[in-house]
Amino acid sequence: MALVTPDIGTIFWMLLMFTILLIILKKFAWKPILSALNKREKSIEDSLRSADRAREEMIQLKADNEIILAEARLERDNMFKDTKQISEKILSESRLKAHEEARLLIEATKKVIENEKTLAVDEIRRQIAGLSVDIAEKILQEKLKDDKQQKELVNKLLQDIKLN
Amino acid sequence: MNRKIISYILGALLFFILFAARPVQQDQHQDNTPDSHATEAISTEEHSGETDPLSSQEHEEEGFSPSNFIFDHILDAYEWHILSHKGFHLSIPLPVIIYSETKGMNVFMFNKFHHGHSDYAGFRYETHGENRGKIVEIMEDGSTVAPKLDLSFTKNVLSLLIGITILLLVFLSVAKAYTRRPNQAPTGLQNLMEVIILFIRDDIARPSIGEHKYMKFMPFLLTIFFFIWFNNMLGLIPIFPGGANVTGNITVTMVLALFTFGIVTINGNKNYWLHIFNMPGVPWWIKVPIPLMPVIEIIGMLTKPFVLMIRLFANITAGHIIVLGFFSLIFIFGEMSPGLGYGVSILSIAFTIFMTMLELLVALIQAYVFTLLSAIYFGMATEEHH
Repeated sequence: MALVTPDIGTIFWMLLMFTILLIILKKFAWKPILSALNKREKSIEDSLRSADRAREEMIQLKADNEIILAEARLERDNMFKDTKQISEKILSESRLKAHEEARLLIEATKKVIENEKTLAVDEIRRQIAGLSVDIAEKILQEKLKDDKQQKELVNKLLQDIKLN
Repeated sequence: MNRKIISYILGALLFFILFAARPVQQDQHQDNTPDSHATEAISTEEHSGETDPLSSQEHEEEGFSPSNFIFDHILDAYEWHILSHKGFHLSIPLPVIIYSETKGMNVFMFNKFHHGHSDYAGFRYETHGENRGKIVEIMEDGSTVAPKLDLSFTKNVLSLLIGITILLLVFLSVAKAYTRRPNQAPTGLQNLMEVIILFIRDDIARPSIGEHKYMKFMPFLLTIFFFIWFNNMLGLIPIFPGGANVTGNITVTMVLALFTFGIVTINGNKNYWLHIFNMPGVPWWIKVPIPLMPVIEIIGMLTKPFVLMIRLFANITAGHIIVLGFFSLIFIFGEMSPGLGYGVSILSIAFTIFMTMLELLVALIQAYVFTLLSAIYFGMATEEHH
């Protein structure tokens, strides 16, 4: 019978202890735990939502990027083309210019050479004339050592002149 | 590995002996006084002449009584008996707090009674008869009566205190973990408890009570769940800090059921009381001349906490009785022949291990059932008319 008879002393202690336990746990355990759980759940939900939003933004950004990339590519191609044209133009122009300059240089050089040549020829001529006179003098001196020979030469020269 | 386990067990044993032996030393010390020696001698003489079965620990050599053995373990006591060996009793005496009309308030330790061998301050510990296991007051004419108020700090109360201490230690530390690391993944003990807390919240409270009102009842539901579960498991530990039959004590389950009943009654809304006193949708003649329906409803209202009380008490006590029954078998057969006792012990231990496993499950299931039913009753009390 003692097994199923409630005991007043145990009722007293159980009521006291359980009430204290309930109050302490409610205030210092369940309240912080439940609010922390709620807060965490909310923060997880928020993060998931913001992750979704970020993903959408990423997709949008990617699309934008592609457009920008395509534009950039086009621009680059255009720039290449332009540059090529410009460089070709510069190249051909410079080639023409070089040709022209080369021609002018060659002409100037030719003129200089011509001048030098005439000068040289004159010089040579002058020297040759001098030399000829010297040689002729010497030959004449040799040939005209005696009178007979002198006469003969004069005659011959005279004959030549006549012939001419 | 084995050595580690053995040293652990030895350490635990040593701890219990050191911790628990102190009151026994005190006991023996008091025994040395010639006066108490004399009374003890007399009372032992008286005992040997009696045939009435006494508590098993004092009658090991006189024949084993399984019913006394079992009831000594599952009933409340004024001391926490740990072990007895050939007249050596290792037990923790607990404070006796008794109020009587003639003697007023009395507070003393239970070992003053010397296990019922001597009276103290006009009180006697009854070892037999109607008030067996209770402290009675000795009147002037020599008759004994139950005292007016016995608020003794008994074995169950101490076990309750141990259980509550564990609960507070566990959940205050878990709560601290939440405030110390907000918005982070739980770890360790916090993780283990969070699973259960979330289960109680999402699978017990929310569906039973409803999304808008469940939060109000959460602290109570969590407290009773963990209180019942922890105390159930403490009851399964066979030695000192555990082993008391707290959740198998009808008073404890009664108080728990009364809490549920009280909360239901306080929070019952108009709809709830309407269904009790004037059930809508039934013919008027079962309500008006004879209030048949209201009477049935009021009985139903009282039956709910009563069933809660009985279910938990019966389940836990039954588990203890079965385990103790298996152990009784060892001593019953041991009395026939020691060899038979040893043989049966193998079987008994195997069955006890099995039963303890089962009881571990029951400990959780009963905590769950008590919490779930409480939540359902709260849901019924706060349900809106639809």
